[in-house]
Amino acid sequence: MSTLPKTIASLDVETLREDFPVLKQTVHGKPLVYLDSAATAQKPTVVVDAIRRFHEVDCANIHRGVHELSQRSTAAYEETRDKVRRFLRAKSNEELIFVRGTTEGINLVASSWGRKNVEAGDEIVITAMEHHSNIVPWQMLCEEKSARLRVIPMNQRGELILEEYEKLLNPRTKMVAFTHVSNALGTINPVRQMIQMAHHAGALALVDGAQSTPHIQVDVQALDADFYTMSGHKVFGPTGVGMLYGKLKLLEEMPPYQGGGDMIKVVTFEKTTYADLPYKFEAGTPNIAGGIGLGAALDYVNRIGIENIAAYEHQLLEYGTEKLSAIPGLRLIGTAREKASVLAFVMDGIHPHDIGTILDQQGIAVRTGHHCAQPVMDFFNVPATTRASLAFYNTFGEIDALVAGLHKVQEIFA
Amino acid sequence: MVHDLYEETILDHSKRPRNCHAMQDANRQADGYNPLCGDKLRLFLKMDGDIVKDVSFVGSGCAISTASASLMTESLKGKTREEALKLLDKFHELLTTDVQVSKDLGKLVVFCGVRDYPARVKCATLAWHTLKSALTSGETTSTE
Repeated sequence: MSTLPKTIASLDVETLREDFPVLKQTVHGKPLVYLDSAATAQKPTVVVDAIRRFHEVDCANIHRGVHELSQRSTAAYEETRDKVRRFLRAKSNEELIFVRGTTEGINLVASSWGRKNVEAGDEIVITAMEHHSNIVPWQMLCEEKSARLRVIPMNQRGELILEEYEKLLNPRTKMVAFTHVSNALGTINPVRQMIQMAHHAGALALVDGAQSTPHIQVDVQALDADFYTMSGHKVFGPTGVGMLYGKLKLLEEMPPYQGGGDMIKVVTFEKTTYADLPYKFEAGTPNIAGGIGLGAALDYVNRIGIENIAAYEHQLLEYGTEKLSAIPGLRLIGTAREKASVLAFVMDGIHPHDIGTILDQQGIAVRTGHHCAQPVMDFFNVPATTRASLAFYNTFGEIDALVAGLHKVQEIFA
Repeated sequence: MVHDLYEETILDHSKRPRNCHAMQDANRQADGYNPLCGDKLRLFLKMDGDIVKDVSFVGSGCAISTASASLMTESLKGKTREEALKLLDKFHELLTTDVQVSKDLGKLVVFCGVRDYPARVKCATLAWHTLKSALTSGETTSTE
């Protein structure tokens, strides 16, 4: 993010907003201000159309049909794998496994790689800012294997303390799993450095890319990530589809995650031989429509350019940080020097749920609660926060609306 | 309008909750937790036979849940166990149905506006669910 231009990024936001019909509505009589894209991003018309077209024109099951429709749907679905490969800059399509989302991606690795490779006394390292989806699967694995879960601490800004991370690493460390961008704080972690440190200790690294992929360019090869996982619905695609990237050699050595159709070569009652990658990990009929929708979403993002998105959002975030900081009694939670998208905060004497309800009455959609990161709330000693999260379709005017809304909150509770 | 929800009495009780303290000589106690929003509440009861002699609470929560706990404690003192449980039913009815507001609710009618905010019903009922658990089993209760 340090190489971003200092000038205002030229993104024609008003025109782009036309691609999102959902944004053109009023809520409680006020224009909708959608500031909850870290929970799920809105979908452009091209995504909705791609899903509709699949159902209206090409609908068939994939991979085994010899008929025209099946070939069309297979081609469209598999094309998305190729698009994700380019989006994440992976080497080959065999390294990309369709999953339901980031959560399933992490569970797949914890379950398949973890069960095979983790033994009693081994250690798994996560961080203090993880989403529950990157805590619980590892906890379950550690419990099953009598392994130990260790946690990289963070500072009051919400930045990981790498000196402490270094101290945690030892020959028993088998896996380091951490988020690229924190959903609760917006912190962008120094992923490349953290992966190098893990590798130096002989451990693997898994990166949760749920919040990074909508905002910054990812290059899994440059990062040297062993596993990288993402959700379609955070990158303007539909819910229920995502992708797990894994290095070919690792995936080849891992046992299947689920058994069923599509993941096999030959089945007899005595023995089953499994399909080659990536299908070995893809049992059952997948979310075909969702996969096709994800492909359309990535095309859309690529047309705008992820670098342009990052540059514009950076300015939006700086503007929002400045405006919110100026509100008396408001404290930003998460003030890392490298940040993306997220403005989380608490206000003196006013509970986040009351803030959320009063903002909603003004048409402003924010998230309130623990954001599936209860340990983060405990660390900052708050029961919950209010989180405004940005996407490229948000405007400077919407930040002003948020600020006005928060003044109204303070009026009511004055 | 949002002012119907954040009615004056509710704001008053959320800022200055009544009976908001631990009780050393309580003979019943229960914890309530709303995992969705992190609201926590501990309720203390001093029962004299079947009668609520004293009631207090501690905890952290939003304005609606704090005010609800505060007003609940005010309305319970001197009531029998059965009367308290009946009031709980009436209160729940007030929040979740369109029935005519019952006269028995007294001050609690200020929560009438909550019925227009389904996401907030759990905030208003946390204290009452905790009461039920204190009166019946005394275990941790959850509104989820």
